[in-house]
Amino acid sequence: MPGILSIVERAYHGTIEEQDDTILWLSHMIKNAGGDVSVLLRSNAVNYAVKGQDASGLSIGGVALGIPPTLDNDVVALSTAGVTVYVVEEDLSDRGIGNDELCDGVTKVKRSGLAKLFDDHDAVWHW
Amino acid sequence: MTTSGEKSITIALMDPPYESGTTTTALRIMDAALRKGISVNVFAYEGAVNLTMRGQAPHPNPVKGTSIEEQDHPSTAKFIAGLFTLGADSPKLEWVNCGLCVDERGAGECIDGPRRGGPGDLFKFSQESTNTLIIGTR
Amino acid sequence: MADYVLIESRDPFEYSDTGYFYEVAADLSKAGNNVTFFLVQNGVLTARKGISNSAVDKLQKAAPNVKVLADEFSLRERAIIGGKLASGVASSDVDELVDLLAVSGVKAIWH
Repeated sequence: MPGILSIVERAYHGTIEEQDDTILWLSHMIKNAGGDVSVLLRSNAVNYAVKGQDASGLSIGGVALGIPPTLDNDVVALSTAGVTVYVVEEDLSDRGIGNDELCDGVTKVKRSGLAKLFDDHDAVWHW
Repeated sequence: MTTSGEKSITIALMDPPYESGTTTTALRIMDAALRKGISVNVFAYEGAVNLTMRGQAPHPNPVKGTSIEEQDHPSTAKFIAGLFTLGADSPKLEWVNCGLCVDERGAGECIDGPRRGGPGDLFKFSQESTNTLIIGTR
Repeated sequence: MADYVLIESRDPFEYSDTGYFYEVAADLSKAGNNVTFFLVQNGVLTARKGISNSAVDKLQKAAPNVKVLADEFSLRERAIIGGKLASGVASSDVDELVDLLAVSGVKAIWH
């Protein structure tokens, strides 16, 4: 049985922190530390799996943010590192997000399948 | 404070650093206003007093394997220091941190620029500004 | 008649009370006021074409005179680009927002 299911639902924390999104980052750190973790993107966080996000060009008071978040790349990196990244299918369609817009490496799950997904993990961390 | 005939915007904000896009939007509005020659008055309330803390420090990113230098990630205090440079004279940036909120949070060590104040400053700002935008927290 | 700038930073998926703000915008417009409805942050999620129960569609049907703008940075950050922008929503930015705000007497309301 996989270990931890980390649920991310709150999305876009303000762009200017290195670890934005903080929970994707933390999940990657746990994986790197040897943890067995899966990530479930639900609610607005399903938008993290959309290709082509671009937060470049932010400059405030003449201070530029040189390395903006690339959340779609972070999702792909999680998947590449061996973390299964689930996205809730209905949360995508509610937001008008089509299959052709999704980045590689995500697994769709229906809302009706969430109970089983919870049950399939030892622990559920609902951030 | 602006003199008669000059435009100014007062902004009240409450969110702490790095929790919400609201902080970034508020900073972008301040930046745009100052670039347009519009003075800005800020009343930082509750968690927003932490935006200007002097001790904020960048860090490396172990997930991406990047160093502090490679990340080159400005803190909110650094962004706001930049705003103070833009708003050094005319247009002018005035920033008041709620003193009681500072005390509660031990946030007294802030960058150069902000001063300690209270809700009376917000009222005064609003009376003397072209317009006021209140940005609450959630 | 007054000029209003309503700034919606929240979205109906996370906050069930966003409907109230869209309704107020429509009511203000129907009462004869000039209303600009500016979407920013996750508020722009309603500006994606194909969204279900589109709050923007409802607003435009109820009050066609409301001008709906969406922050370009927030759109781009969420990959709502090109043909993905819903009809009736115009891409804008904080520079234009400041132009709208820096006018004496304009009622600026953040939600």
